[in-house]
Amino acid sequence: MSEYSKFQSQNRFVKWMEARLPIVSLAYNETFGFYSPKNLSYFWTFGAILTFMLVAQIVTGIVLVMHYTPHVDMAFNSVEHIMRDVNYGWLLRYLHANGASMFFIAVYIHIFRGLYYGSYKAPREVLWILGVIIYLLMMATGFMGYVLPWGQMSFWGATVITNLFSAFPLVGESIVQWLWGGFSVGNPALQRFFSLHYLLPFMIAAVVILHIWALHVVGNGNPTGVEPKSRQDMAPFAPHVLMKDAFALMLFCIFFGWFVFYIPNYLGHPDNYIQADPLVTPPHIVPEWYYLPFYAILRAIPDKLGGVIAMFGAILVLFILPWLDTSKVRSGAYRSLWFKTAFWLFAVDCVILGWLGSQPAEPVYVTAAQFGTAYYFGYFFIILPLLGFFEKPKPLPASISDAVLAKNGGSAHPADATSAPETRG
Amino acid sequence: MSASATAEPTRRDMLYISTAAVGAIGVAAVAWPFVDQMNPDASALALASIEVDVSAVEVGQSIKVKWRGKPVFIRNRTEKELEEANAVPLDELPDANARNANLPGDAQATDENRAATGKEPWLVMIGVCTHLGCIPLMNAGDYDGYFCPCHGSHYDTAGRIRKGPAPENLHIPPYEFLSDTNIKIG
Repeated sequence: MSEYSKFQSQNRFVKWMEARLPIVSLAYNETFGFYSPKNLSYFWTFGAILTFMLVAQIVTGIVLVMHYTPHVDMAFNSVEHIMRDVNYGWLLRYLHANGASMFFIAVYIHIFRGLYYGSYKAPREVLWILGVIIYLLMMATGFMGYVLPWGQMSFWGATVITNLFSAFPLVGESIVQWLWGGFSVGNPALQRFFSLHYLLPFMIAAVVILHIWALHVVGNGNPTGVEPKSRQDMAPFAPHVLMKDAFALMLFCIFFGWFVFYIPNYLGHPDNYIQADPLVTPPHIVPEWYYLPFYAILRAIPDKLGGVIAMFGAILVLFILPWLDTSKVRSGAYRSLWFKTAFWLFAVDCVILGWLGSQPAEPVYVTAAQFGTAYYFGYFFIILPLLGFFEKPKPLPASISDAVLAKNGGSAHPADATSAPETRG
Repeated sequence: MSASATAEPTRRDMLYISTAAVGAIGVAAVAWPFVDQMNPDASALALASIEVDVSAVEVGQSIKVKWRGKPVFIRNRTEKELEEANAVPLDELPDANARNANLPGDAQATDENRAATGKEPWLVMIGVCTHLGCIPLMNAGDYDGYFCPCHGSHYDTAGRIRKGPAPENLHIPPYEFLSDTNIKIG
């Protein structure tokens, strides 16, 4: 174990502090002393990117609140005031609005990484479930944030989404009026959404801490799905993994910046630059892009309560995913062609559902969305449970080092690997 | 300290349970104001009734007025629209309830029960789709009535749901004709 770095200090102040609040050793042991598999690909950098995006959203959000007014008569104009009058207001708002989209792009890559490499499998079920909770909180936060500019899409999006709760028998109507604080979306709804939009990111931050805590208990997964067996399979988070994360984050920020500076309204809807009008529904309501697959599922079911249940079910199914997938093999890279085909079909299905969600509610799109919805649920409830029994997975490598060396021709031994020849076959 | 040695409930068990019960009731009592503050407040409830002059609404015309933050459609229907509405057999309707706040809750969704009492051409409805709350377009859809563009619900000339995801007919608010040209809604 001496190869693993543990915190030690002879500094008198640090020792005094450590006896009272061991925060220095915590910071050291969870960074320089935390070891990740050495074969992590760039798909493993999105956790760090997401952490950065959460901080970026909180920082830009806090300064936007200094200029925004949550009132139906003033909200729309205060956003225009931010865009035209406030110093760098245009930049701060575009960073925040596009930051939400970047946050969701990163979280979708992060989630699909987990789906492909089996990141939800034992012993990482709790880590996965905490992630699903973060995703749900993100969706609630994004939804409420989109209401605040008080444009037409803000208003009608809020109307449609809050009306989802009216589908519940008996209590539905009371729940919706309670959410609104009135008989339609109006000033009380705007003010409480503002309050909760400010609160939820801090709740996300709290669950992120639990998510990282759980990660540091079970350790990172990796592309082979084989747990690290020795020090030779691993590298310390700081500085190695951290540097890779930082490089990926830099590339991601270039992508982010391209949206902010060149196409800042590409992901928004032009109707949201029209002030909310409770008497006119836009001819074609669409939610933000990151909700579109679920919106397509909602519209695919020709029954109100059924549609709402299917839409929420499409997200909630992720909670039980660890127990739906029966395969003993963690990583999709070592599973059969059947799994890979089903997985990529699922990924394409989600994109197609997203596109269908952006189309008008006409029969041809609704029918297509019904097929898409059937495959979405079929993947979780039929394919994943059964495939584990039928498929013949590929042989797993003896260790991560073995897999890495096999991939690189077996000759290019990293310098530090020679110190532990016993770990290689 | 004999409490742990006996299986019989003791005075101390009783005290623990009643203390916890009083505590739970206290927490619930304190939580209620925090929940109830979100319900419609006095100022929202105060906007509950409006009067509308409909003397300028000719046959075939509609107006849209705002009541409780929602649009109310007031339509002076044509003979053709009445015929179409009356020609529909009740068992063909997805929702056979009149959804008319001025009638008993079990009233049938006949055109007569949907229209103003004794003034069948007049149709007064809350213009909010019963699916997810969008405002349907007038004179649109497969049944010459109303069509909700959000999720594709079709309503007929009496505002009854005929096709699409909406579960109920367009709701009819409490209202009365104060005179031939004046309607009080709410």
